[in-house]
Amino acid sequence: MSSAHEAPLSRRAERSPFFRWARTYPLQIGIVMVAVVIWVLFLIGSPRTFLSGDIYVSFMTTTPYFALIAIPLTLVVITGEIDLSFPSVMAFGMTAFDVIFTWTGSYWLGFLACLVAGLLAGYLNGVLVVRVGVPSLVATIGTQFLWRGVVMVITNGQGLGMTALEPTGLHAVLVGKLAGFFPMQFVWTILVALVMWFFLNRHRFGAHVYLTGDNIESARLMGVNVGLTKTLTFAVAGLLSAFAGFVVSVGLLFFWPTMGDGYLLNTLASVFLGGTSVFGGTGTIFGTVVASFIIGAINAGIVAAGLTSFWTQLIYGLIIVLSVSIQTLLAKRLT
Amino acid sequence: MSNVLTLKNVSKTFGEVAALHNVNFHVGDNEIVGLLGDNGAGKSTLVKIITGYHQPNPGGELFWKNERVERLTVPKARDLGIEVVFQERALADKQSLWRNIFMGRELSDRLGLLDVAKMRSETRRLMNTAMGFTSSAVTAESTVKTFSGGERQGVAITRALYFQAELVILDEPTMGLSLSETRKCLEFVEGIKKAGKAAIFIDHNIFHVYPVVDRIVVLDRGTIAGQFMKNELSLQELIDRLYVVAQTGHLESKN
Repeated sequence: MSSAHEAPLSRRAERSPFFRWARTYPLQIGIVMVAVVIWVLFLIGSPRTFLSGDIYVSFMTTTPYFALIAIPLTLVVITGEIDLSFPSVMAFGMTAFDVIFTWTGSYWLGFLACLVAGLLAGYLNGVLVVRVGVPSLVATIGTQFLWRGVVMVITNGQGLGMTALEPTGLHAVLVGKLAGFFPMQFVWTILVALVMWFFLNRHRFGAHVYLTGDNIESARLMGVNVGLTKTLTFAVAGLLSAFAGFVVSVGLLFFWPTMGDGYLLNTLASVFLGGTSVFGGTGTIFGTVVASFIIGAINAGIVAAGLTSFWTQLIYGLIIVLSVSIQTLLAKRLT
Repeated sequence: MSNVLTLKNVSKTFGEVAALHNVNFHVGDNEIVGLLGDNGAGKSTLVKIITGYHQPNPGGELFWKNERVERLTVPKARDLGIEVVFQERALADKQSLWRNIFMGRELSDRLGLLDVAKMRSETRRLMNTAMGFTSSAVTAESTVKTFSGGERQGVAITRALYFQAELVILDEPTMGLSLSETRKCLEFVEGIKKAGKAAIFIDHNIFHVYPVVDRIVVLDRGTIAGQFMKNELSLQELIDRLYVVAQTGHLESKN
């Protein structure tokens, strides 16, 4: 008798909009829950800091520096690859800016050179992985050292003051304030996230990104140009790494040739904490953006808790290990 | 009878290995051709040439409806109306049902913008009509990895049918299926015949192949060992001949 009642009930539950919604977006719901829990913990631990608006402006100022890279990196990871060269590509783009700006005196041309350099560096990663067939882990570790070396040779290890850009429109557009409150780099992050979300979910390119990472052989058999798809994701990651490098430099009004090294851990942690699978085939822009802000908040939390910055490495490392382990265990359970 | 597909002198070598050697092969209009052969006979290579995945060695020619096709690619083959149900089903496990149905051929405009609503609604329609999915737990959003072997085959077959195939190639379609699922699959092959289309049916199991085909082609070590119309041979005679093929590489006994 009871079982006769239970069956239609569970079917009804499966048909309910909420159930379907939860099943369609488990990653997104999971990461928002993690964010809320961490936020509540911070509120309890340090209510004065986390009830004021200043801390949120601070998040919106510094998180975009790596979120801008974590977003396109998500696409690379969904295709089943990885890009570890972005810290050096940030500095490589800025070196191109340095050279062209010093040569022509035009910061617009310098900015353009920066973006082109990033795009080419990303494209080279794509060529190494797709055409030459080097595993992306190795290829991009190689290009990481290569570009850092190029940067050091060209700049001779010397930084570049960027104060000349402070009064310019480019400075206002990239790192000024919108409505006197929102840091422009935050606005750019949201814009980049929306554009990437659109391409990933509403464009043939994004459909091919998922298919390539899920089962490359099936995708190939069904006519997906997997090589082109991968090369494009690497190129976009390179382009936005250089863009992020420019935003950082113009935000801090200085370019250090060592720039980028500090972003490796938190960028990767954002992608993996955001639920993008190390095995490829799944991942969301929404997850990465929320995870980036969680990572940014953890950094602030560590400082607010009075711990040294040595703790940040430990905690980011822990987050990467935990999130990829949980993903692996979940993947095993589901297959 | 005119041919929908003709291959002339097709060879394919991979490095030192000759997978196919001077193969002449055709499929007639509304003809179901059974392709038999041992592992390594070259069946899969032949399929991959017909679908544009591999290019034949220079000298080999491919004709579609008596017109020569230069450099066939996977998208070109699909445009002609050649559809394949691959041995390994060619599915993406972690993706939704609708993404699998439209894999590599997403409904989109000239700029590449997807018509997601249309793909979802078409998938729902196909689920009820062609795939016979009745469970309310399965939706267009369900990921394919949760499906049974028969359901997965249903997805692969439905996908091939949806795009108005002229020639359907089924590569080991009954592998890993239960008896009732196999029955369904064979009914599908009969359905292709009734719909006036052509098919190439590849299977290890001649008990599956024999009842549904018009003609049988036997491939052995990269060459066509022989072929005959079904009404020329009984199933028992076919089994005897295949034994001879395995021994000698020729369909006809030499003695």
